[in-house]
Amino acid sequence: MPKTARRKKRLDRSVKVRTEGLYALTSWSEITYLLLPRLVLIMGLLSLPFFLDMYWQRVLCAAGIYGLLALGFDFLAEFVGLVCLGGAFFIGAGGYISGLLNAYLGLSPLVCIPIATVAGAVISTLVLVPALRLRGIYFAIVSFMFPLFAVYIIVALSAFGGTEGISALDNLPNQWVEVYLILAAVLVSLFLLRRLVDEDMGLILRAIKDNDQAVKASGISITTYKIRAVFIAALIGCFGGAYLTHLYGWLGISLFGMDFSILPIAATVMGGMGTLAGGVLGALLLTPLSEALRGFGQLRVVLYCFILLLFIVYKPEGFLSYFQRKYHQFELWEEV
Amino acid sequence: MKAEVILEVNSISKTFGGVHAVSDVSFALGKGEVLGIIGPNGSGKTTLVNLITGFVQPDSGKVIFKASDITGMPSYKIANLGLTRTFQVMRPYYSLPAFKNLIIPLNSPRVKKTRSGRLGDIDAVAIDILEEIGFERDARVPYKPAGSLPLGYLKRLELARCLALSPEVIICDEIFSGLSMSEIAGLLPLLEKLQMQGVTLVMIEHRLRELFRLADRVIVMNFGQKIADGIPEDVMEDEEVKKAYLGRERKK
Repeated sequence: MPKTARRKKRLDRSVKVRTEGLYALTSWSEITYLLLPRLVLIMGLLSLPFFLDMYWQRVLCAAGIYGLLALGFDFLAEFVGLVCLGGAFFIGAGGYISGLLNAYLGLSPLVCIPIATVAGAVISTLVLVPALRLRGIYFAIVSFMFPLFAVYIIVALSAFGGTEGISALDNLPNQWVEVYLILAAVLVSLFLLRRLVDEDMGLILRAIKDNDQAVKASGISITTYKIRAVFIAALIGCFGGAYLTHLYGWLGISLFGMDFSILPIAATVMGGMGTLAGGVLGALLLTPLSEALRGFGQLRVVLYCFILLLFIVYKPEGFLSYFQRKYHQFELWEEV
Repeated sequence: MKAEVILEVNSISKTFGGVHAVSDVSFALGKGEVLGIIGPNGSGKTTLVNLITGFVQPDSGKVIFKASDITGMPSYKIANLGLTRTFQVMRPYYSLPAFKNLIIPLNSPRVKKTRSGRLGDIDAVAIDILEEIGFERDARVPYKPAGSLPLGYLKRLELARCLALSPEVIICDEIFSGLSMSEIAGLLPLLEKLQMQGVTLVMIEHRLRELFRLADRVIVMNFGQKIADGIPEDVMEDEEVKKAYLGRERKK
């Protein structure tokens, strides 16, 4: 008796739900369907600190900073077409401004951080403006250069504590403020960015990525819009930097370290380019992983590159896009 | 009939490393006129458009639009004055739905000013423009990603992007090229309608039959120079034009 062959059949869920538009509000089941994965992730993230000890809470804070950088990177790369490798510059600018305000003027961190966020973003944007004429890889190279420049200038002039840095800066009031401040920052930035890319301004930025000549022919100054986009990404990054300074109560040239430029990119690739949330999830996985592998010393970099390679080869879409796709499909076995 | 001059090009020149792409070209364009620019491949037609619209800066010469000098002005400012263009190689925003392509020009300072800051539902405005230019709303064509549209629609989208700016002059760079006869037949009435509405059109074309149906006047270019300028019938009879461009076709 011949065995009946079976094959897997995949069906997409109704378009109504997948468009995520107003139509989804037509029934509770569709609203739940869309809200559930979001709520699980957000609630999961918010309740996470209760299950962690002091040390791992710190790791979560660091992951949040990388998450912010990943958001900025994904936004600039996928929605504006600017591959910005200058994440470290954002961290450095925000961190130094906030730390110096605290050390020299004695301002409270809760005052320093907002000032440093805005001032750092203004400085970072001004520095990147001349490079905005460049496209693709050329912008990436130039933006990669700036953190290195900043380090050399600080070392050469022995400014702001030189190579030693400045320590004993004020910390945030307590552990809970620390951890929830960064989680709130990540969630709020994520929410606002996701909104922004579908607003008119976001559409213009995406159009610049697709075809900047046509945007010019439509009577829109692409430089103005690129400046706005960089400012937004810099705001997010500089907040991360200012926060980091007060998290460790220390500032120094390692704020301009390469890690801040590279790890967010790895996180974004893992999570899925262009998903925004993917980069945050990637950072939440990669940062603890690199902590857990601390015992391996330098060898963890190898393992970590290996994981990245696996993603690039086998899941180039990133895990968030993958799970999203699976969530929107029914799978069943049918006989043939 | 002598119309008011809207665009004037004065002995404009551009060289690309020794190649005289455009040399010493001058012409004036009356309001409401339809001007054709023809010439063999590489004769500098597209460069001329790029020079006029600010995408390439001229080495010498002047461009005057509505009595003000726009030479050397950035292209987006020129577009805001009401002088817009389509591209020979279409440049839609592939990742956006077709109607979202028009959100970009609808956000330009020019449109915001003329609509006195209140656009109402900007998406609806975009879809109206697309419907006017032949996107079937019922077939949901305006909602499809621009990347999935066939060539004919993309050409219309190019034109729609210009129309969204409610321009005074549109320069169409080979809008008929690559289209089938029926697609061209669909596009011609649109251009005729624009002509009736008093929009000044400059059309770069290789499809002479279709061009001559619309054009009041034709300029012929060869090796970056203007070799003839006049009404289509006269230009066709010009000896130099025959030699440079049309003559070869007739020998066949």
